[in-house]
Amino acid sequence: MRHWERPHYIVANRFWRLSLWVFFFVYLVVGIGSIEINWIRIYEGLERGSHFLSAFLHPDFTTRSTDIYAGILESLTITVTSTVAGILLSIPFGIGAARNISIKPIYLFCRAFIAISRSMQEVIVAIFLVALFGFGAFAGFLTLTYATIGFLGKLLAEEIEGIDRKQLEAVRSTGASWLQSIHVGIWPQIMPRMIGLSFYRLDINFRESAVIGIVGAGGIGATLNTAIDRYEYDSAGAILLLIIIIVMICEYLSGWIRKWIS
Amino acid sequence: MDQLTQHSLWKTNIRHKNWMVWGSCFVLALLTAYCWTIMTEETIWEFVYDAPVQGADLINRMFPPDWLYINKLYKALWDTINIATLGTLLGLIIALPVAFLAARNTTPSVLFVRPIALFVIAASRSINSLIWALLLVMILGPGILAGVLAIGLRSVGFIAKLFYESIEEINTTSVEAIESTGASHFQVINYAIIPQVLPAFLGVIIFRWDINIRESTILGLVGAGGIGLFLSSSLNVLAWPQVTLIIVVILATVIISEFISAKVRSLLIG
Repeated sequence: MRHWERPHYIVANRFWRLSLWVFFFVYLVVGIGSIEINWIRIYEGLERGSHFLSAFLHPDFTTRSTDIYAGILESLTITVTSTVAGILLSIPFGIGAARNISIKPIYLFCRAFIAISRSMQEVIVAIFLVALFGFGAFAGFLTLTYATIGFLGKLLAEEIEGIDRKQLEAVRSTGASWLQSIHVGIWPQIMPRMIGLSFYRLDINFRESAVIGIVGAGGIGATLNTAIDRYEYDSAGAILLLIIIIVMICEYLSGWIRKWIS
Repeated sequence: MDQLTQHSLWKTNIRHKNWMVWGSCFVLALLTAYCWTIMTEETIWEFVYDAPVQGADLINRMFPPDWLYINKLYKALWDTINIATLGTLLGLIIALPVAFLAARNTTPSVLFVRPIALFVIAASRSINSLIWALLLVMILGPGILAGVLAIGLRSVGFIAKLFYESIEEINTTSVEAIESTGASHFQVINYAIIPQVLPAFLGVIIFRWDINIRESTILGLVGAGGIGLFLSSSLNVLAWPQVTLIIVVILATVIISEFISAKVRSLLIG
């Protein structure tokens, strides 16, 4: 009697499967081998690590409360303004980058802009914008606006490309102008998802605003970086806790609003 | 006739809803304006108006890129790829049990274990890998190890979240069918659950790997190894031609990894 064997799901060919595994293990050995581990340094670090952990459990919100308050406020204001500006600017780019309603030269230009915006890390963009506009929140605002345009523009374009064409044709056949056809034929179809995505981006922008401060673009990241540089682990722990709490609130709220809209 | 045209004017929305939409737009506009005034309180506008001049100057200094500098970058690039790949693997190893503990249909206890697993996921997701790296460099010292751990810890939340969602979505009929043959718990997982979730799992891993390549390129800014280390040292000495080259290399890496990830995912689905 022959036993039935479960077929392999991904790579059916035995030879290729084995060579993939061999490749994987060879890479694993080489890759792990390339990590230089300084055990003495780690041993010294463990003490600091435990300091940090205990500081995280007993966070100190009071000593640096003015700095923390200013940092959080700056992060939140950057988040709101850059998200709103990003949404407003992403609409023309999204419409321009949708193949079914745009013309070729505009389509190519918008797609290129979105591709560049998406492939650049926020932090790298922030480095340049800080060099151009000086340190502070304004550079952070510009960075996140730029990133939001790429993110929402692409998703908006994909939404528009995926709409039901019949509705658009029906609206057009009544003699509607270009703006009217977008307002009545396209907007209702993509609106719920767009609002959901906007809140998702709000969430992402807050998280990013906590990071770009490390390169000087304002926000809570700068405060966190300073706290760690000064070895004030209890303040750093407090800031991290605040970031986690705000992100969780944002996520919960955006989930709730998305559910409410749909 | 006049009255008829007035009545037949068609509106897209009912009035009550219209008011709500305009109301929330108004509130949003107020909020944005308020945030704008707070945010720009400390902005030095001279620097902002000066930006075009600065920009032209910067571009002048950045070009042409210092192409020969690439010889020093190969090792750093290899490190970056290792940080991303090993970090993804580390994240995967931690995320797998977390995902099974967080999924409603596989968790041992919905009341006690599931909330803990969900908290782990949320905490890992809400802290950016750069901040993880900042903390780990402080603890472990600068180097690749901190980078791998930072990427790994950040990936846990992402991978586990998508994993547990796909575990919760599985088709229970095939699980019941396997169970009815008298299969053990392990066999049920092997024959009924894994086949259903494996393609999604692999897709998620590849997707995260692609994101991790992006993120690992900048971890060096806080000392966690890879090509970002060279970026930060070139920035510190204002060697802009080197910076340009590094940015080009980073962009190329990101585009190639995105291409690979898209290719593999389309193979998995197809």
